[in-house]
Amino acid sequence: MFKRILIANRGEIACRVIKSARSMGIETVAVYSDADRDALHVQMADQAVNIGPPPSAQSYLLKERIVQACLDTGAEAVHPGYGFLSENAEFRAALETANIVFIGPNTRAIEAMGDKITSKKLADEAGVNTIPGHPDAIKDAGQAVEVANRIGYPVMLKATAGGGGKGMRVARTDAECRDGFERAANEARSSFGDDRILIEKFIEEPRHIEIQIMADRHGNAVYLNERECSLQRRHQKVIEEAPSPFIDKATREQMGTQAVALAKAVDYESAGTVEFIVDKDRNFYFLEMNTRLQVEHPVTELITGLDLVELMIRVADGEKLPIKQADVPINGWAIESRVYAEDPSRNFLPSTGRLVYYRPPAENDHVRVDTGVYEGGEISMFYDPMIAKLITYGADREEARTRMSTALDQFVIRGVSSNLCFLSALIRHERFISGNMTTNMIGEEYPDGFDPSAGELDDPTITISVAASMLRYYRDRAAQIDGQLSGYERRVSQDWVAIIGGRHHPITIVPVEGGFDVTIDGKINTVRTGWAFGQQLFTGTINGREVFAQVERVVQTYRVQHAGRRSDVSILSPRAAELSRHMSVKVAPDMSKFLLSPMPGLLVSLSVKEGDTVSAGEQLAVVEAMKMENTLHAERDGVVAKIYCDAGTTLAVDEKILELE
Amino acid sequence: MQEVVKELEKKREAAALGGGQSRIDVQHSRGKLTARERIELLLDEGTFEEWDTFVEHRCTDFGMADKTVPGDGVVTGTGMLNGRLVFVFSQDFTVFGGSLSEAHAEKICKLMDQAMKVGAPVIGLNDSGGARIQEGVASLGGYAEVFQRNVLASGVVPQISVIMGPCAGGAVYSPAMTDFIFMVKDTSYMFVTGPEVVKTVTHETVTAEELGGAKTHSTVSGVCDCAYENDVETLLMVRRFVNYLPANNREQAPYRPTPDPAERLEMSLDTLVPDNPAMPYDMKELIYKVADDYEFWELQPEHAKNIVIGFARMHGHTVGIVANQPDVLAGCLDIKSSIKAGRFVRFCDAFNIPIVTFVDVPGFLPGTSQEHGGIIKHGAKLLFAYAEATVPKVTVITRKAYGGAYDVMASKHLRGDVNLAWPSAEIAVMGPKGAVEIIFREDMGDADKIARRTEEYRRKFANPFVAGSRGFIDDVIAPHSTRKRICRSLAVLRNKKLDNPWRKHDNIPL
Repeated sequence: MFKRILIANRGEIACRVIKSARSMGIETVAVYSDADRDALHVQMADQAVNIGPPPSAQSYLLKERIVQACLDTGAEAVHPGYGFLSENAEFRAALETANIVFIGPNTRAIEAMGDKITSKKLADEAGVNTIPGHPDAIKDAGQAVEVANRIGYPVMLKATAGGGGKGMRVARTDAECRDGFERAANEARSSFGDDRILIEKFIEEPRHIEIQIMADRHGNAVYLNERECSLQRRHQKVIEEAPSPFIDKATREQMGTQAVALAKAVDYESAGTVEFIVDKDRNFYFLEMNTRLQVEHPVTELITGLDLVELMIRVADGEKLPIKQADVPINGWAIESRVYAEDPSRNFLPSTGRLVYYRPPAENDHVRVDTGVYEGGEISMFYDPMIAKLITYGADREEARTRMSTALDQFVIRGVSSNLCFLSALIRHERFISGNMTTNMIGEEYPDGFDPSAGELDDPTITISVAASMLRYYRDRAAQIDGQLSGYERRVSQDWVAIIGGRHHPITIVPVEGGFDVTIDGKINTVRTGWAFGQQLFTGTINGREVFAQVERVVQTYRVQHAGRRSDVSILSPRAAELSRHMSVKVAPDMSKFLLSPMPGLLVSLSVKEGDTVSAGEQLAVVEAMKMENTLHAERDGVVAKIYCDAGTTLAVDEKILELE
Repeated sequence: MQEVVKELEKKREAAALGGGQSRIDVQHSRGKLTARERIELLLDEGTFEEWDTFVEHRCTDFGMADKTVPGDGVVTGTGMLNGRLVFVFSQDFTVFGGSLSEAHAEKICKLMDQAMKVGAPVIGLNDSGGARIQEGVASLGGYAEVFQRNVLASGVVPQISVIMGPCAGGAVYSPAMTDFIFMVKDTSYMFVTGPEVVKTVTHETVTAEELGGAKTHSTVSGVCDCAYENDVETLLMVRRFVNYLPANNREQAPYRPTPDPAERLEMSLDTLVPDNPAMPYDMKELIYKVADDYEFWELQPEHAKNIVIGFARMHGHTVGIVANQPDVLAGCLDIKSSIKAGRFVRFCDAFNIPIVTFVDVPGFLPGTSQEHGGIIKHGAKLLFAYAEATVPKVTVITRKAYGGAYDVMASKHLRGDVNLAWPSAEIAVMGPKGAVEIIFREDMGDADKIARRTEEYRRKFANPFVAGSRGFIDDVIAPHSTRKRICRSLAVLRNKKLDNPWRKHDNIPL
């Protein structure tokens, strides 16, 4: 076995690989850019080598530097993780020349699968289902109908130059096909100046399901079941699970067998993933093969009990696969949520900065957190904004799902925005619960993005109970101040009014051993908690049920975030509540017509001037923040009414740049 | 007897109605509460005891003789705020627009005189159209009587002004001389001359809100210490605020037990200061993470943001916090920030509140606007305030402490009691680059040489040890142990006694 390996990656995957290597008794070498000097993977590794400045192109993507780092540290093999150089054939070749083992597939497999056309051809030859279609541009409507009939309806007509839904038509009949061809071609001509149209099978209610395979260099290959990754936002996977709630044993076997056939066709070695698109009738078609460890591999590990990184290292060292296909189990269910530093309420704009607070849920047999950061660490703008992968396990899907929703409530991240709330909402979405998701689900269910504070709570009991408990803690603390006038000491009342969403709920808060009894609208709720001032996480039970909520005191309100919803509750004395009805409701000004700076930075340039007509999606301005240029686009059509800042202005977050009318 | 009791009840009822139901309704419709409703929210329930309910004005001119309202437009009295005694006056806009008559002023003066005798804070809720014009000079005299008492009470009992409606003309000078000004957003404003006069004299068109609303005074002028959305929110926040203050200058700041251990470590502070000395960071994270219960009451958060001031508790005891903010203007000192922090330091010193200073200061802001604006005298205010302060002073240098600004920020030389430094501290006359450019001017053409010299200077001075070797700092501490070290230092200093030489008063460069 290798004595020492180098991990040519950063973040959570570098940490993940280090863990497996360490458990195998292998020493680890980390590489890092200047931005990652204090990163977790650097701290975890036995030694670390600086490989250059922050941009990946000058550090993590520099093959020579990494080869040199191996030579300098005596690393015998390299695990590439995912991304960066993981699917780079030249890198693999460079390592080979230097006599260093690449923990991954051979060059031929990387090259073949890295090319869309070659891989599809290979798949066809290996007997893998590919999406039926016509390889060339369609000449006219007549040919369109002919091809469509051969493929079978429904079909998709799409412009070769297409994008953004333009020049795309779905046809279910000959008439629709003929009409659709003309329209798509016209649209393509006017939009792209290129009217070439392709036809392929239209996949209805598409799902993304992929097969994990593992192969050794002795010709053994197995499939380690499937993962369903249908929950995607703009082709970015958000929640993954294994197994898939959709496919049956027979489909799994067919998919697995085809995936293994494809692997064998390229003498595949190591871990790989064959991605399929699956339609509503469980027909599946090859999309591509990823010749590396996937982000979402932990769900496969949890249901198979295998350590994929360990297997990769072993087969790279020439060992035989220790398992046969028949021995690959499916034990229970696993779900993974990708926790990103992004702001769902700002159209998922990436967020960077310091992790002022970072407290992931505690790991145990059911909860796994793969992370590469720590409290006080940094989410750098130079790399992928993934903060962590949260994986939960259960005997069945519902158990894994419930544990995920609890774990998401427990996860504390402050300093950068995160998508935790959105993940919570997804995991509780009725379509996810029923397993009825497609790759279009997020777009269909959240067409206008996601706002955790939108709408009223169906049942505010938990939110009010949490806020009421906090209030009572604060009031009791205030009542302990010294210097009180004897005989006139502060007594904290039990009667209060909770105001949430403009609605007044009379409540009583009675301190009892270990918590409070909170009566809301006449119903008693027992709250037991050990919450302490300043903690962002409220932990306790309400009416015997475990509750985790993210809490914050904002002036006179308590902001409670729980189950993917965020609400502001103010709790006032009955008199104050009564008087608060006289307070004016201040309507936040409508900012939709303004282009606001999404971050503090420098206004580099304006692409428009007053009086210009702009359409949605058009570039309006470029803002530089921390040496990165961010292009700001128009969110709607309009005319530039007023420009507030000139190029060169230093902008605060939410500062007005221009106004559309 | 019976008749007198009836008469009493009638008068009380009349007083309670102030300017009458229709005016109360108008006040409500503007999103404002009445004088009495405000007092109710400010004080512990049922603890208000009113004085001078029956005071009426004595004006007979302009038909005022038959227009009297018991109380004459201001409600005064005492009550408890978390069990602690406070004196309150609340102007009643429903009575003659809250205008100040001689009698109205007398009520306020009586209250303040008494507050000073017993040593309790005075909280004024201001909502007044100005002087009672019908009374003429008597009203002006009334203002001056109040001003005189504001001055005499200054540094004796805490005075808090809450601006909850108009406050214009001479009336602004009473709040101006109190210790803290709270304002209600959108429904209060303060200015010496109103928009109409401005228009006539300077031809500027400006709204009352732009001229003197809460936003203007919290951002541009720095007149306002804290601003909130509405009456209810503001009054409840004043309640919370008073918990930080002692009742008078003879008492220690109040103690409130905390479950937060003094020994608490915050590991994440070890990475707060970035490797790159040019990179900013948020000093407030440090403040929040070292304070009791992660709580910090910031004053003037939107004004002169390059310095942060406010109250926190350290192991139960109130402290005043002053911190350079590297996130804004690199944390340099300028005119506004010196004035902002200087006044705050003096408040703390007057009321026995220890001062904790966090230092990351590259120097004073250069430029003509600063020099012509008098940074020499304004910067001296902060220096003066720190130097004269005799309360316990604990200072933590997190990064830069350069030049004269180092001296200013509660340095050892200004009788700093405990001066600590993080390992990232650089205590020097200036940054390595600037220093080398002066010392080795002849090498300026040679980039290599300059780089070497800079590195040499950095190694020699960009650390806490040179200052440590002189005793200018008492210890170099791990950032994660900052809370523990501050709590310990303050505990040691609790009985500190230090007196300045006798004098009538000092002569701070105003």
